[in-house]
Amino acid sequence: MSSTSSATAVTTDQRPGAEVVLRALKDQGVDVIFGYPGGAVLPIYDALFQQNAIRHILVRHEQAAVHAAEGYARSTGKVGVVLVTSGPGATNAVTGLVDALMDSIPVVCLTGQVPTHLIGNDAFQEADTTGITRPATKHNYLVKRSEDLAKVIHDAFYVARSGRPGPVVVDLPKDILIKPAPYTEAPAAGVEHRSYRPVTEPDPARILEAVRLLKRSERPVVYSGGGVINSGPEASRLLTEFVRLTNMPCTNTLMGLGAFPASDRRFLGMLGMHGTYEANLVMHGCDVMLNMGARFDDRITGRLDAFSPSSKKIHADIDPSSINKNVKVDVPIVGDAGRILAAMIECWKSDTTPIAKEAQAAWWTQIEEWRTKNCLAYVQQGSIIKPQHAVRRLYEMTQATGRDTFISTEVGQHQMWAAQYFGVEKPNRWMTSGGLGTMGYGLPAAMGVQIAHPDALCIDIAGEASILMNIQEMGTLAQYNLPVKVFILNNQYMGMVRQWQELLHGSRYSESYSEALPDFVKLADAFHARGLRAETADQLDDVIREMLAHPGPVIADICVAKDENCFPMIPSGAAHNEMILGPDQEKNARAVTDDGMVLV
Amino acid sequence: MSDTNVRTATIAVLVENEAGILARVVGLFSGRGYNIESLTVAAVDEEKLLSRITVVTTGTDMVIEQIKAQLDRLVPVHMVNDLSLAGPHLVRELALIKVVGKGEHRVEALRLADAFRAHVVDATTESFVFEMTGHGEKIDAFCALMRPLGLAEICRTGAVAIARGTAHMAA
Ligand SMILES: Cc1ncc(C[n+]2csc(CCOP(=O)(O)OP(=O)(O)O)c2C)c(N)n1
Ligand SMILES: [Mg+2]
Repeated sequence: MSSTSSATAVTTDQRPGAEVVLRALKDQGVDVIFGYPGGAVLPIYDALFQQNAIRHILVRHEQAAVHAAEGYARSTGKVGVVLVTSGPGATNAVTGLVDALMDSIPVVCLTGQVPTHLIGNDAFQEADTTGITRPATKHNYLVKRSEDLAKVIHDAFYVARSGRPGPVVVDLPKDILIKPAPYTEAPAAGVEHRSYRPVTEPDPARILEAVRLLKRSERPVVYSGGGVINSGPEASRLLTEFVRLTNMPCTNTLMGLGAFPASDRRFLGMLGMHGTYEANLVMHGCDVMLNMGARFDDRITGRLDAFSPSSKKIHADIDPSSINKNVKVDVPIVGDAGRILAAMIECWKSDTTPIAKEAQAAWWTQIEEWRTKNCLAYVQQGSIIKPQHAVRRLYEMTQATGRDTFISTEVGQHQMWAAQYFGVEKPNRWMTSGGLGTMGYGLPAAMGVQIAHPDALCIDIAGEASILMNIQEMGTLAQYNLPVKVFILNNQYMGMVRQWQELLHGSRYSESYSEALPDFVKLADAFHARGLRAETADQLDDVIREMLAHPGPVIADICVAKDENCFPMIPSGAAHNEMILGPDQEKNARAVTDDGMVLV
Repeated sequence: MSDTNVRTATIAVLVENEAGILARVVGLFSGRGYNIESLTVAAVDEEKLLSRITVVTTGTDMVIEQIKAQLDRLVPVHMVNDLSLAGPHLVRELALIKVVGKGEHRVEALRLADAFRAHVVDATTESFVFEMTGHGEKIDAFCALMRPLGLAEICRTGAVAIARGTAHMAA
């Protein structure tokens, strides 16, 4: 085994491997794990039974265990921990692991494995877990020797949370869990890894270059992403300070929402495929772009050769492989977002380069004009509830409660409406599956958030199709009395699929109708939760009020317009300035090129 | 940095000598659609538990930068060195080449082998196995000449490479 070179204390007394595992978790500050038992991990479950330091949350499906750990991690900044059995337990977890990989969420997933002497024999519930999860994790380990056990777990936490965070799997053969193993303390000074040493401190020369470029810029923009959230709340505070200090317009990616307060007038809203008119035109027209902890994802850039054609690009990222991957940049800055922002603020204050004040004022005038388009306007009239209106009312009514509110979403139109209409003010309050786009993420994620924040208001804004993908977790809510609110925008369609079919496939709604839906009110009842339904606009507020007031878990089935589309939209393969603003312009979508058609 | 100009890069990677490392590297190339022209790996330091991988790949400058950054991101990777950019370096490959034939062809094969400094490491009355080391192009050229003379089988190691002079890689 590799990794630590620093001196570590090894205890002489040996305890069964399973106890060593729990002790290592405890030393890593773990107080809760999300898991599901099975033969290969029975020794760990036995050890769990005999202690009180670590709380185990029994989920109903291993995928949900990982999403719950993601929700826990994203809302606390701590590493989320998962425990599953070998074979099907591990394979069920894979979607969650890839989700965490794509969105850079720190998770340690312990998987059971058949005993070492049976590995490779197609033993009962054997799967090549390290093989299967190699491209699904930031790193993984198979523990083959008892003396490595504790050290591997400490390493796993270090790898999961440092640098660009991500999921780490530790595969634990059953004999290793039973045999006595020595304990190795986590090195007090932190793990010093032999080969893995992420760079967190930025190069001051690059900082200066970036600051000067921005000061001279006539049309600047700050485009920030999940990296700022991952860096910790201090980075979001620094981002806010920097944007206010420099008075630049700021837009967030889907993963970056909450890093900058949505209510600040410098906030342009989200950018990208369903971003605002003003955010996307600012990206298109800017002359200097500061990308802070985002990765020029294809949902953001649209057609690459038309992406922000006349700007100099500064890209700050902790992962060097994100730089120059999709978009060539002029000033790369490798480091932690918080440290970069702190350095930029200092440099901005001390550097004497004159600021292009007049030009920037004119830029703001232009932006205010774009804003008057009011691209998120909708008309709520008649009795049919508009989904946008439902989210807006949810936002307003939760604001009115003054409670600390955490939003998770599933995947689809409702997710985009949540991003557009539920203004997030603070970091770590917004959990969504951005990179992988995993339907079924929201309910278990909200569950993980609620475990970490028992008194907070946790709402999963869901679609009627997505929610069925992990609906079994209603059982977990009941067992632990977690008052998560599931707010379903029920349009009876896989709305996002239907929208693409309408725009790109001649309204042939192939298999996108949510046929034979359950009665969600009765379903809630069956899971010992409160079920509510709003069928008409005049019932909406009452249902939201009742949902917020109910002390336990709730499913609120909000019957919304079936054929509403999510706008603005940049059709795939189009550029930022080719956005469709609303139904009147839908015919423009016919202009989607063959190149665009192949894009997801 | 060009995103149109395609070049070949010879990249040396120093890694932890641990289970699964080769699968990580190969999986990275296949998963992200990068080319592998050749790849060699062997333990180079038993004490420090290090292996060295030499990978020859082609791509635009932007893709090759990506490949290096992605390799460097793997947890058990110590160091990535693009020898093609770092300066003068040596590239060597070993090949074993079997030629089967009689009479005139056999004589001609032996004569050419001599010219290419290929060694005969096995012979029967109807066959030779030649061993040669050198740059891949030299081996290509030799094999092309052997084809009409009864070339039966080729096996090649793929390139290994090292910088000239005092510059060296150490973990
Ligand atoms: C696991 C998974 N399968 C398929 C998809 C493709 N997909 C994206 S959105 C969507 C429809 C979601 O429907 P619903 O949950 O009702 O949300 P709506 O778009 O109607 O708001 C589908 C099938 C996905 N994102 N995830
Ligand atoms: Mg739907």
